[in-house]
Amino acid sequence: MQLSDSPAAQRILLPVRASTVLGSLAFALLVNFLPWKNVALAPDLVALVLVFWCVREPRLVGLGAGWLLGLLMDVGNGVLMGQHALAYSLLAFASITLSRRILWFPLWGQALHVAALLLFAQGVAALVRLAAGAEFPGWSIAVGPLVGAALWPVVSVVLLLPQRMPVDVDETRAI
Amino acid sequence: MEHSPPPFFNRGPAPLVRLAFFASLSLALLVLDARFRYTEGLRGALALAVYPLQTLATLPAALGGRAAEYFSSQSQLREENAALRARLLAASQAAQRYEAAQAETGQLRRLIGAAERLPLKSTAAEILYNGRDPYSRKVVIDKGSQSGLRAGSPVVDENGVIGQVTRAHALTSEVTLLTDKEQAIPVQVVRNGLRAVAFGAGSSGMLELRFMAANAEIQNGDKLVTSGIDGTYPPGLPVATVARIERDAAYAFAHIMCQPAAGVESGGYVLVLDSEAKRLAYPEDAGQERDKRPGKIRKPRRKDGDAAQ
Repeated sequence: MQLSDSPAAQRILLPVRASTVLGSLAFALLVNFLPWKNVALAPDLVALVLVFWCVREPRLVGLGAGWLLGLLMDVGNGVLMGQHALAYSLLAFASITLSRRILWFPLWGQALHVAALLLFAQGVAALVRLAAGAEFPGWSIAVGPLVGAALWPVVSVVLLLPQRMPVDVDETRAI
Repeated sequence: MEHSPPPFFNRGPAPLVRLAFFASLSLALLVLDARFRYTEGLRGALALAVYPLQTLATLPAALGGRAAEYFSSQSQLREENAALRARLLAASQAAQRYEAAQAETGQLRRLIGAAERLPLKSTAAEILYNGRDPYSRKVVIDKGSQSGLRAGSPVVDENGVIGQVTRAHALTSEVTLLTDKEQAIPVQVVRNGLRAVAFGAGSSGMLELRFMAANAEIQNGDKLVTSGIDGTYPPGLPVATVARIERDAAYAFAHIMCQPAAGVESGGYVLVLDSEAKRLAYPEDAGQERDKRPGKIRKPRRKDGDAAQ
């Protein structure tokens, strides 16, 4: 399987199924709800998968989905209502705006863009919390987004797998 | 003449418009939650929706723990059993003496006409996981409002107070630990009865006594217990031990750090006490005064830290 998704090497993908999108987002929520030992270092998989679908399918997944996921994250984590919702809507907007640009890069270049996006979202959340009177937990909160960006190549290969499968296996077909 | 695109090119509102909509919605929610706490209904409903996912997420750790239990050796269990038996013996001895002392205290209090202290109801609960918020110190326990828990109830472990229930969902509750920056608890020095308020010191895992005069009679190793004057925490529960005192002539207040008595950041099982039984009645004249004031009606604000007043 080819890793690079630069336009030169791009294959024709099958249309995405809604079940893939919903399933991946639900799985990401599940991973985020795992009892992590140190929360600051854990990657925010929901934000990563949201960026992925906003970049790949900006007409299917957008600000509304981001906002709703953010609310679920807020409630699940018991934090200020709207903190993740605001961060994720801004993240979805930025990803959709950058989606055409990001897809031109090879996977590691995409990961750099994603690192900037995730850091931006984390920064928004931090600003909201500091404005609400919380103490700054230290620069370790920047580690999670970087780990998330490092996971980008894996996530993008895995999430594109269903679209690379042929509909029915046919020996006579070329692809 | 209008030039609108044909309906099959219609993509809904522009992205910037959507961003403005969702951002302002989030900001409105933020303000409503942080300032007025009006979003608890929505939070409760959504909490019920994410509950299955959360249970599923805690399953691997629970299964791992059970597997470890299954493979623990017999001698280990025997040792643990013996240790627990010894502790039970000591505890029951103390409990017998406590019962006698309690009866005596009740009698004495009746003699001097003071209100009797009602027995506390308590619910055992297990800590499910640490809160996933790096900005605050919370844990989530496996009992909720269905088991009779309410926001405000004190939470203790076998060594002392660990915190307070700040949000009771249907099946789980959030406990804010004493070390949280927003959490405060009224305490008393056992040695001389000096009263103070202990605040969480955040990430250091310590408590801080604020607003204690630089010449206050307090020393290293002093034990602090709840004073009970807030009506939320029952009096006499161990809270912390004074660990470090810095007196600086330049400041009016001493800088006092304390080590929590209970395993605030560790431990698996806790007791949630029900504080409702012994809450004092609201003073009548205060209520009248409030009604007399014309205009300006304010709803009383519920805050995490309102226990300490």
